[in-house]
Amino acid sequence: MKIAVAILAGLLFGLGLSISGMTQPAVVLGFLDVAGQWNSRLLFVMAGAVLTTAIGYRLVWQRGRPSFGGAFLMPAPQRVDGRLLLGAALFGIGWGLAGYCPGPALASLGAGLWPVGLLVLMMVVGWWLAAKLPVRRDEKAARLNP
Amino acid sequence: MHPWLLSALGGVLIGLSAILLMGTLGRIAGISGIAGGLATGATDRGWRWAFLAGLVIAPLLLAWLRGDSGIGLPQVSWPWMAMAGLLVGIGTRLGGGCTSGHGVCGIARLSPRSLAATLVFVLTGVATVFVVRHLLGGASA
Repeated sequence: MKIAVAILAGLLFGLGLSISGMTQPAVVLGFLDVAGQWNSRLLFVMAGAVLTTAIGYRLVWQRGRPSFGGAFLMPAPQRVDGRLLLGAALFGIGWGLAGYCPGPALASLGAGLWPVGLLVLMMVVGWWLAAKLPVRRDEKAARLNP
Repeated sequence: MHPWLLSALGGVLIGLSAILLMGTLGRIAGISGIAGGLATGATDRGWRWAFLAGLVIAPLLLAWLRGDSGIGLPQVSWPWMAMAGLLVGIGTRLGGGCTSGHGVCGIARLSPRSLAATLVFVLTGVATVFVVRHLLGGASA
């Protein structure tokens, strides 16, 4: 059952990305290009996703525990620190260079475009490299998720 | 359907996915966390691979249903793609999340870290596009 719901969640996520325009780097770069011909579609994706999640999370949390897992696993609250800001900044630069964040990059693999495969490969290398960096004990919890 | 409506509907589907994952497995629908865990030795691999399989199959299913997968072409040449991938990988790992984990799930939880991270990656993304497109004249394919 865990595998089945994970596949279903992946399917929903992938469908959402591909109908919303997120798997079109031209749309994503257009959103980030505020000085050019601004494309507002991403704003609607974010609004739809955040509102739905915000309402749904609260309903689900009221049930006390997840259906198949032990507990709701969430990052322990921490302060905003340098590592978070540096990471977000590097991610933003990479996002702005090509117009791919991790979800759309992975969801686009099925189209068989080799430059997308290259981007995903380098992204995996990046995850692996960054995981080699020393971590403070209090940061470990948050790095399990999201 | 109007692009705005399609985008909002796509956002709702992403939200439903996040709710499903939280309600059943108790996990946050953060793609960099789910997939990154596979690259960095997470032990709970089954559901991660299953989620990714669904993610990759979805656009193909859409292509089969309506003849268009929704997948667009890369806009920049391959060295930029490689550099972008590396930065996205390192950045999302260091920052503990990406557009989904911080931008959607984190903001929905009103997490101050996620709000800060989202603000920073959108602003640096905007700055990067500005520099590449308007100061350097583009990173053409």
